[in-house]
Amino acid sequence: MDVPVPDAAILSRKPAIVARLRAVLPRDAVIDDPAETRAYECDALSAYRMQPLAVVLPRTTAEVAAALRVCWEEGVPVVPRGAGTSLAGGSMPTADAVVLGIARMNGVLETDYDNRFIRVQAGRTNLSVTGAVEAEGFFYAPDPSSQLACAIGGNIAMNSGGAHCLKYGVTTNNLLGVTLVKMDGTVVEIGGPWMDAPGLDLLGVVCGSEGQLGVVTEATLRILPKPEGARPVLMGFSSNEVAGACVADIIKAGLLPVAIEFMDRPCIRACEAFAKAGYPDCEALLIVEVEGSPAEIDEQLAAITAIARRHDPVALEQATDEAHAKRIWLGRKSAFGAMGQINDYMCLDGTIPVSTLPQVLRRIGELAADFGLEVANVFHAGDGNMHPLILYNANKPGDQERCEALGAEILKLCVEVGGCLTGEHGVGIEKRDLMGVQYRPADLEAQMRVKDVFDPKWLLNPAKVFPLAVSAGRRAG
Amino acid sequence: MRPCTEAELAEAIRAATAPVAVRGGGTRGQAVAGAVLETGGLSGVRLYEPGALTLVAGAGTPLAEVQAVLAAERQRLAFEPPDLRALLGRTGVSTLGGVAAENASGPRRVQAGAARDAMLGLRCVDGTGAVIANGGRVMKNVTGYDLVKLLAGSRGSLGVLTEVAFKVQAVPEAETTLVGEGFSPEAGLAALRSALGSPFDVSGAAYAGGQVLIRVEGMAGSVAYRAGQVRARIAGDWRLAEAAESAAIWQGVRDVAAFAGKPGALWRISCVPGEALAVPQALAAARVPHEALWDWGGGLLWLACPEGQGALIRSALGARGHATRLRGEESSPVLPPVSPEVAALQAGLKAQFDPRGILNPGSLG
Repeated sequence: MDVPVPDAAILSRKPAIVARLRAVLPRDAVIDDPAETRAYECDALSAYRMQPLAVVLPRTTAEVAAALRVCWEEGVPVVPRGAGTSLAGGSMPTADAVVLGIARMNGVLETDYDNRFIRVQAGRTNLSVTGAVEAEGFFYAPDPSSQLACAIGGNIAMNSGGAHCLKYGVTTNNLLGVTLVKMDGTVVEIGGPWMDAPGLDLLGVVCGSEGQLGVVTEATLRILPKPEGARPVLMGFSSNEVAGACVADIIKAGLLPVAIEFMDRPCIRACEAFAKAGYPDCEALLIVEVEGSPAEIDEQLAAITAIARRHDPVALEQATDEAHAKRIWLGRKSAFGAMGQINDYMCLDGTIPVSTLPQVLRRIGELAADFGLEVANVFHAGDGNMHPLILYNANKPGDQERCEALGAEILKLCVEVGGCLTGEHGVGIEKRDLMGVQYRPADLEAQMRVKDVFDPKWLLNPAKVFPLAVSAGRRAG
Repeated sequence: MRPCTEAELAEAIRAATAPVAVRGGGTRGQAVAGAVLETGGLSGVRLYEPGALTLVAGAGTPLAEVQAVLAAERQRLAFEPPDLRALLGRTGVSTLGGVAAENASGPRRVQAGAARDAMLGLRCVDGTGAVIANGGRVMKNVTGYDLVKLLAGSRGSLGVLTEVAFKVQAVPEAETTLVGEGFSPEAGLAALRSALGSPFDVSGAAYAGGQVLIRVEGMAGSVAYRAGQVRARIAGDWRLAEAAESAAIWQGVRDVAAFAGKPGALWRISCVPGEALAVPQALAAARVPHEALWDWGGGLLWLACPEGQGALIRSALGARGHATRLRGEESSPVLPPVSPEVAALQAGLKAQFDPRGILNPGSLG
């Protein structure tokens, strides 16, 4: 992975830059001791790390604006950071950058059940948004698997999804407004607790812009009434193809489960060994969850299991109570942890048209064999968002490079069949140099022109999203 | 100009030396000055995968053609694009690109999202004649910036759409509408809030002239159950409209049929649902006769009143929402004023995508 050469002039001016930040922020909000900034050297893509110049931890929008203004005047790059759970290196710093962490901004500013929204500071964790409204019977729908730790600001930057977005959509479909601080310190209010924009949909382009257009400090989020109940059913099939066909039939039948999760044999085995969820020994497994009252759930699951039976399932198991439901989900939810026990792994995130599922799974198997690596598949099948896990040994020289090369081939395959490089994790540094596979130069140019408007000096999270060679002229300027 | 390919369109834009008025079917957008550029030649469904709930079509494809293709597989566009021809006194054929460029969304917005939420990808030609693709045809895609959202609802100001990809939805087995009569506006809007705040997955919530309309859709048993639960939750005199009757009711709400042919000005107000009475109350206080229809649980207000009330409407609304002028009162701006910071960003984006300012000039207000 290439990293731009840090700007020596900025490194040499560190004391002056830190002094200016200290002048506008409270004493405890500026960290420049290398022993302490080390904690910010990477995010969840921990194979890549670099210590930042300094870290600022503001508590208010005004403090964020003041810090950004200083960095803008000094020409110092800024890397915004939510909770540092990015799997794509979205908040990985460079040596000449100031990390702006929003973790201290975690308050609830307003809850309005009548109008079904909540306004929070952007450092609040995803799960604690639901925590703030669940006593009144509401929840915040997007549920990335890091939801215990990840920040709403990071969710907005990456347009995060989750297992239940098949029904409820991803972050952009649940975001009503933001307070955005631009790199020059200007505060912009975008959107609000109403359902559409009067002019251009700026909110739509800010969401998913990976912290490159501005720092979101506050967010207005749509909250939904909690369904009466939910119940999963577990289905085992004799091949990936059959499981894929079953998914397509469920969707085509007009049934709208809240989640359809898919695991293949390597993944089932690892999860079973780790979590002892009682999964059947089969080639492919689906977990389908529906919501509603007990009678409504019965009605939906009857239709779904009738479809499944047409595909000769080797196992069909409906949760009989809460504990059973938890056990069915346990294996799936511990999939990444289970894999981590056995191996180092790299988690991919491409999306494919659901119809190409069997073909893509077969091709991934062939590619894995070519590279001499094993791949386990676990993913959100209803929307085609795949998470192939490539297993490798980080201590074996060359293995990580081989793993990354296989990862790139799999993502190219996703694009080839009509899909995309990333469904919910973001581009970050991880997939930056593959962007040319999906987009032509003119397509990337159009995206970069948006950044030109919001951040003309290209100081915010600059070395991300776009291939370094493609953004070089702008970053230098 | 009526280009038949994306390349012809790009060439026409590059060659243009004067403003261009981009036109799908001319059924919903505001009129702008310039040489008319029709997208009708960029027509046809290019990909439809019912099992993947995905449809890709040329921007000039008639909406009715798309709807017919979907209906054959018992699918639909979840966001219910309104047909505003009768309301706005237009003729012509609504196009998919026009729906996208106006982010035209109907009653199901409260449950299934707007047009922009169903848009998976697009191709367009910007004001320099460059062809731009963004997004794709899959449900989840965070690869690069979401220009799909930026172009959705951009009124042809940044680029001319040539192709759009939509997520589609299966038509549910059943639908029922609870019809309640004799509600005051306060009680009616409270009923809508109560319904939308319930776990019963309401997919339509409208109020007008004392009548409350609440829709539930899904599997037959589930619909009956939820309709019963909503009815039990809200005191009132309810009757049930099923299937075709329910569909006809919501088509009327969607198309604002009650206001078709009314003289005067017509406004579309997007606001915090709990503040949905502010504007009608201000008009009443000023003794201005008016009629109002509320959709989206109160979050969308259609208002018919005499011309000359734009300033009053916008000041009564304040920061609680925004008002768009759809018809009449030509002296008022179509779009509401925005903050200087937002205006600067909009102007910056316009300058980047259409540096000569030739695409639908004035359509951003």
